[in-house]
Amino acid sequence: MARLTKIKTRPKGDKTEILVLVNHPMETGNRKNKKTKKKIPAHYIQKMTFKVDGKQVADADLGPAVSKNPLVGIRVNAKKGAKVAVSWSDNKGEKGGANATV
Amino acid sequence: MNTMKRRTFLKGTLASGVVAVAAGSGLLRPTEALAAAWPKSAFKSKTVAQAMKSLYGSSSASSSKAIKIKAPIQAENGSVVPISVSTTLPKVQGIGVLVEKNPVPLATAVTMTGAAGFYSARIKMGKTSPIRVVVKSGGKLHMAKKTIKVTVGGCGG
Repeated sequence: MARLTKIKTRPKGDKTEILVLVNHPMETGNRKNKKTKKKIPAHYIQKMTFKVDGKQVADADLGPAVSKNPLVGIRVNAKKGAKVAVSWSDNKGEKGGANATV
Repeated sequence: MNTMKRRTFLKGTLASGVVAVAAGSGLLRPTEALAAAWPKSAFKSKTVAQAMKSLYGSSSASSSKAIKIKAPIQAENGSVVPISVSTTLPKVQGIGVLVEKNPVPLATAVTMTGAAGFYSARIKMGKTSPIRVVVKSGGKLHMAKKTIKVTVGGCGG
C-alpha cells in the first residue's frame, strides 16, 4: 500500500526547517484487538533519512513509541532552491519517500 | 520503592551481561560495521541506562542548560505528545529522546551529519514520566530532563 509522505520546508531564522509527515499506523505490537484478543502485530517506521542536494544531513531511528502518522522535523542550513529528499523504511520492509524544494 | 529499584538494577545487570557476552563472541560486530543499521538492541532495552549504553556507548551524561526541550507540561492524550529539542551545543552528532517510564524507554534517536541541533517528533507516553533528551556533541554526552504529566496513556490498551 502506498503511503502518503509529505514534506514541508519553512525558514526558521537563518536555518530551514524540514518537516516530514508520513501516513503510517506505527503499531507497537502491544495493542490487542478487543474482539479477537489477538495482538496486533508491530508495524512501525524504523529509519528516516534526510538528504539536502544529494548529501545526507540526518538519519533518524524511530521506535514504536513514535506516534501514529509521525511528524518529524529537523533544521538545516539550506539555500533557497536546494533539493530536499526524504526516504523511510519500516519493520515490514515497506519503503517510501518524497522530494521537495526549499 | 526499594523493590522497584532492585528490580531495575537486576534487569540492568542481566541485560548488560548478555550484551557483554554477545560482544565477546563477535556477534555484535556486523551491526557495528553497518553504522546506518537500525539500533535494534537500543530499541529493545528496558532501562534508560541500557538504552543509552547501547546507543552511545555510555550511560553517563552531564546535565546541560544548552538543551531546550519544548513540550507540554501536561499531555491530555499520551499517544500524541509533541516534543521538540533544540540545542546551542556545537557539533551536534546525535539527539536521542527517551521516556523513562515507557516499557521501552527509547522513543527516537537521530544521527546528525550536517543538520543543525534541532529535532522534533510526536511520541507516545504510557504514563506520567520524565523524558530525557541526550545530545551527543563533539564526542561528549549531554542531557536534559522534563517531566510531562499524562492523563490518558498511549501505549498498548
